[in-house]
Amino acid sequence: MAVITYRQALHDTLREEMLRDEDVLLIGEEIGIFEGSYKITAGLLKEFGEKRVRDTPIAEEGFVGAAIGAAMLGLRPVVELMTINFSLIALDQIVNHAAKIYGMFGGQTPVPMVLRTPGGGGQQLGATHSQNIELYYAFVPGLKVVAPSTPADAKALLLASIRDNDPVLFLENLALYNTKGEVPDVVEPAEIGKAKVTREGTDITLIGYSRMALVAHQVAEKLHAEEGINAEVIDLRSLRPLDRQTIVDSVRKTGCAVVAEDDWLTYGIGAEIAASISDGAFDYLDAPVRRVAAAEVPLPYAKPLERAALPSAESLTTAIHQTLDAVGRRR
Amino acid sequence: MAQTATRSKPATRSTAKSRRGGAVRGSGGGRFTGESPELLQDYFHEMTLIRRFEERAAQGYTQAKIGGYCHLNLGEEATVVGLMRALRKTDLLYTNYREHGYAIAKGIEPGRVMAELYGRTTGTSKGWGGSMHMFDVEAGLLGGYGIVGGQIPLATGAALAIDYRGGDQVVMCQMGDGTTNIGAFHESLNIAALWNLPVVYVVINNQLGMGTTVEKSSAEPELFKRASAYKMHGERVDGNDVLAVREAATRLVEQARNGGGPALLECVSERLKGHSVVDPAKYRSEESVEKAKEADPIANFRAQLIEAGVMDEDVAVEIERKAQADADAAVAFADESPHPDPSTLFDYTYATPVANDSRRLPADPVF
Ligand SMILES: Cc1ncc(C[n+]2csc(CCOP(=O)(O)OP(=O)(O)O)c2C)c(N)n1
Repeated sequence: MAVITYRQALHDTLREEMLRDEDVLLIGEEIGIFEGSYKITAGLLKEFGEKRVRDTPIAEEGFVGAAIGAAMLGLRPVVELMTINFSLIALDQIVNHAAKIYGMFGGQTPVPMVLRTPGGGGQQLGATHSQNIELYYAFVPGLKVVAPSTPADAKALLLASIRDNDPVLFLENLALYNTKGEVPDVVEPAEIGKAKVTREGTDITLIGYSRMALVAHQVAEKLHAEEGINAEVIDLRSLRPLDRQTIVDSVRKTGCAVVAEDDWLTYGIGAEIAASISDGAFDYLDAPVRRVAAAEVPLPYAKPLERAALPSAESLTTAIHQTLDAVGRRR
Repeated sequence: MAQTATRSKPATRSTAKSRRGGAVRGSGGGRFTGESPELLQDYFHEMTLIRRFEERAAQGYTQAKIGGYCHLNLGEEATVVGLMRALRKTDLLYTNYREHGYAIAKGIEPGRVMAELYGRTTGTSKGWGGSMHMFDVEAGLLGGYGIVGGQIPLATGAALAIDYRGGDQVVMCQMGDGTTNIGAFHESLNIAALWNLPVVYVVINNQLGMGTTVEKSSAEPELFKRASAYKMHGERVDGNDVLAVREAATRLVEQARNGGGPALLECVSERLKGHSVVDPAKYRSEESVEKAKEADPIANFRAQLIEAGVMDEDVAVEIERKAQADADAAVAFADESPHPDPSTLFDYTYATPVANDSRRLPADPVF
């Protein structure tokens, strides 16, 4: 078992999968000579050559579409979209083609490909470079959307995504790349669509994904140590398919829940989760489901403004306190 | 006379004039030398079959047996057949939504094409695609696509896969003239040229995108010239001349097959009817409609073959009768084919089944 960064876990997995399967190739801007904007692909051009590590022009629609076409013929392209913000340029190819080709031709051709892309704010990059728009993709049947929060999950989910026969949007987060965690020597591919209970508890259910799953876990540990609150934490890991069962089972046990998400509140992932809880655990609920999300503004550049806009350990803690107060469970 | 690489004005003009005689009378016999009468008659049959098929499709549409949009190849049959005869069976084709004729000419049974229009399980996409989304791996049709230009990056990627594996297939990517202003067109041609991919982009310049003329939508209406921006060979051909199309397409396809890289072929053609079955084409001048009729590739080819002694009137009528019978048989097959069962609704969302699939009908509760 080694302790490595999230970045290293992604890099190692890409390399291992390329060694394992000749059909895996990498496509994206600046992934070769520049070694990736976030250095995930460092060294891979040298090792595998231009045929398998393809630097593209700045033409998101063109190269994402080309990856889809290549996948239709059985290759397993892993595309790096420099950040999720630029995926909008390729939205037509992702939503109208990658997601639809299997269904609209009656199941004749799978599209086995991965779109790796970091999202998230907090780097003072301003409104167009700080978005959490994974929901746009999680909305679409035919796509799968995964969002690992730890190095071990990054590896297990990337393995699963590359070997999956459907298009998978693999969401990374700029804030996670340097985080560290234990990764077993042998990692099995994760089952896409399964959430993970990262902390068992009885007082309240906290649900998050990507960065906010980590924040939720940290907050739970702190509240346990400082206030004796015993929270259960669920890391969704997959936004589509969504593991409603794990969420509902937990809320049936705890009776209340807070959802933590980096995206905007209205119509956000948390809204879907709250609806699922109401659908499957209404009779067990002791309090309304609270949601902690980003302020509904274009993310500002100035540090105090940006900090105020993003959900944090503090805002999550407040929401937990409010919920527990409402059910009279605060010790 | 085959109008290859006429790079100045639309070649259709000279063809229109040559309808009764002219260039063809003078060179007709010579023009067909080297072509077997069987093959020429076969082209005539296939073009006529596509015409009859499309007429039956229009009929099925007005009878409400076909739903959605329905874009026909009427007037573009010479281009369709000429292009498809330049491809091997193993070569791959990506098209836009105007693809019924291509599906037939690429080797799919007309019955299966009609069945798709009828939304039946025996259709090319099992009833999931309809008019705009036909598909058949065996025939090498990798799809008709309904988003203008959406197919271009896909075709480019298919060519990338062929190149990656060192195969000798070529990808052909068909599109309309209006499509050349979409970003995906430019991004794809650039990428294909940079990576020297085996793909031939074919623009069917029927001079109209819905109601907008090519002059109104493209600053440079001689579309083949756009190839030069990508250091790619560009060429314009008379799309009403099946042999000229086949000759030019064959040359570019073989060039791509032999590592010569991508090319752009513009086939100048005429649309005989509206954009789709429901479009009465009121925006069109009488002159334009008249011009299209004069350029009718099937009527002209028929006259030329008779004039050159390749077939006589009786043979022509016999071929036409067969084409009609083939089209009628396609309709009968479609009519008799089963509708998809609603219980199959969730069969094709994912190729790899997923844990916790949220498949459900609107009325189903989640738990
Ligand atoms: C991106 C997009 N915009 C608009 C449309 C609606 N539309 C369908 S066909 C068409 C005209 C396309 O003309 P052209 O490319 O010349 O092809 P043709 O129909 O003549 O074969 C339009 C505007 C569409 N399907 N996709």
